[in-house]
Amino acid sequence: MRSSFGSFRFWAIGLASVWLTLFVFFPNLLVIFTSLLTRDPQATVSLPVNVDSYVRTLDVLYLQVLWDSLRMSLLAMVFCLLIGYPFAMAIVSLPKRWQPVILFLVILPFWTNSLVRTYAIQFILGNQGIINKSLIGLGLIDKPLQLLYTQFAVILGLCYILLPFMVLPLYSALEKLDIRLHHAAKDLGAGPLSRFWYITVPLTSPGIVAGCLMVLLPAMGMFYISDLLGGAKNLLLGNVIKTQFLHTRDWPFGSAFSVILIVLLGFMLWLYFRASRFVSKQGGLNGSDF
Amino acid sequence: MAPIFRWGFMGLVLTLIYIPILVLVVNSFNASKYGIKWGGFTFKWYEKFWNNEGLMGAALNSLTVSIVAASVATVIGTLAAVALHRYHFKGKALLSSMVFVSMLTPEIVMAISLLIVFMALGIKLGFISLVIGHITFCLPFVIVAVYSRLKGFDMKMLEAARDLGASESSIFWKIILPLALPAVASGWLLSFTLSLDDVIVSAFVTGPGYEILPLKVYSMVRVGVSPEVNAISTILLVVSLVLVVISQLLLREDK
Repeated sequence: MRSSFGSFRFWAIGLASVWLTLFVFFPNLLVIFTSLLTRDPQATVSLPVNVDSYVRTLDVLYLQVLWDSLRMSLLAMVFCLLIGYPFAMAIVSLPKRWQPVILFLVILPFWTNSLVRTYAIQFILGNQGIINKSLIGLGLIDKPLQLLYTQFAVILGLCYILLPFMVLPLYSALEKLDIRLHHAAKDLGAGPLSRFWYITVPLTSPGIVAGCLMVLLPAMGMFYISDLLGGAKNLLLGNVIKTQFLHTRDWPFGSAFSVILIVLLGFMLWLYFRASRFVSKQGGLNGSDF
Repeated sequence: MAPIFRWGFMGLVLTLIYIPILVLVVNSFNASKYGIKWGGFTFKWYEKFWNNEGLMGAALNSLTVSIVAASVATVIGTLAAVALHRYHFKGKALLSSMVFVSMLTPEIVMAISLLIVFMALGIKLGFISLVIGHITFCLPFVIVAVYSRLKGFDMKMLEAARDLGASESSIFWKIILPLALPAVASGWLLSFTLSLDDVIVSAFVTGPGYEILPLKVYSMVRVGVSPEVNAISTILLVVSLVLVVISQLLLREDK
């Protein structure tokens, strides 16, 4: 069957292909290209091609920001994993009828406005917020605790917004886990901890990597969370990129930071595919969900 | 895990997830300006929002962008899902990996890549650039929603229709679309909420002349307390919640 111009097949394939090439593939190439150009006050960017922007990211000031951002995002990822894993396990152990309900309740906030929810956190953590008011009311403290505008607040906000992204892939990995493996291991004398560590964790590793990827990468970019909860001092990579693009107008420099994010995405995808290959070799799961 | 412990843990996490939302909603009806104590029930923040021309204009702009973006994304996404499900063609692997990548790309990277491409193509920042940006991040969600619905189909029916001489487009209109309609509708609703709530991509690709609600809210909460924000936030939350619940019910039906 050939696809002639005007046929249904032609449009079905063509529209999305053109759209994604024009607005996903091509733009990503342009980001990499822009990161290699020189800043120009008149035309935004200009030739010659060079790697100055990358060299500048190694400046002590920016390395510090990069490290702070990475650390906050990594901590958010770790906390999401520590909460999300037992949570996903708890969902899987429920009767089938209840699983979608609880899962839906966790995912529901994802579809609501995350800016608004960040604002709600700000409201709760503030000096006049519920936590400080109740602690003072109970007589536990005299002065309000400085909860807002700290790294703690940023990490909390990131966890709060991104938790569903961790729970979802973990749930789908855990759900596919073959319970017979556990029975077999138990019969052979393995305790609950070693069964967890030697069976559950390795066989759900694609879910773990996918969850970490879906928390870590957005976490580095969510500039409004650090803006509202971290104040001017606790910046995320997203804040740096935003400043470079919208205020300083140094596009090559901002693009260089984004390329760092793209590289990180590539690395984590590679890790994910390795983990899924490992698992399918062991005969636990069948490929990815997509 | 013991059942009590299990339910307790889940209950605790869910409570922590919903408390901030609840506090916000309750406070939008609080007459006391700073929301420190309960000053009685009021609708005045909603009234203030209603009477604020700038905010209402931004809300209207947001609605327009979201409706247009969700509709275009649904059309293109549905067709793409059908293509990925039904046809074998050159570049199919490339197309599905572009869908995959665009779903995983951090929003901030997508935002600046779109900004750069608009500059390169000479597209003026404003309504058009916003719509294009929103379509782009909604598209993979529609494709995945419709595609996973199509996967559950009995393909023999489509083959039978083709053997009986039905053209590809009539197979689409008469068989595929009616069967996939719940997923298509749910894709539209999800796109609409994603678009209505977006901050990151919009912050980069909007122009000075075109204000939308989330960015207005963003600049308001950065400046300080203004209780209308609680009212707007509550409206945004309720709209998203209702639409998502509807979209999930659509998908659940006749499963």
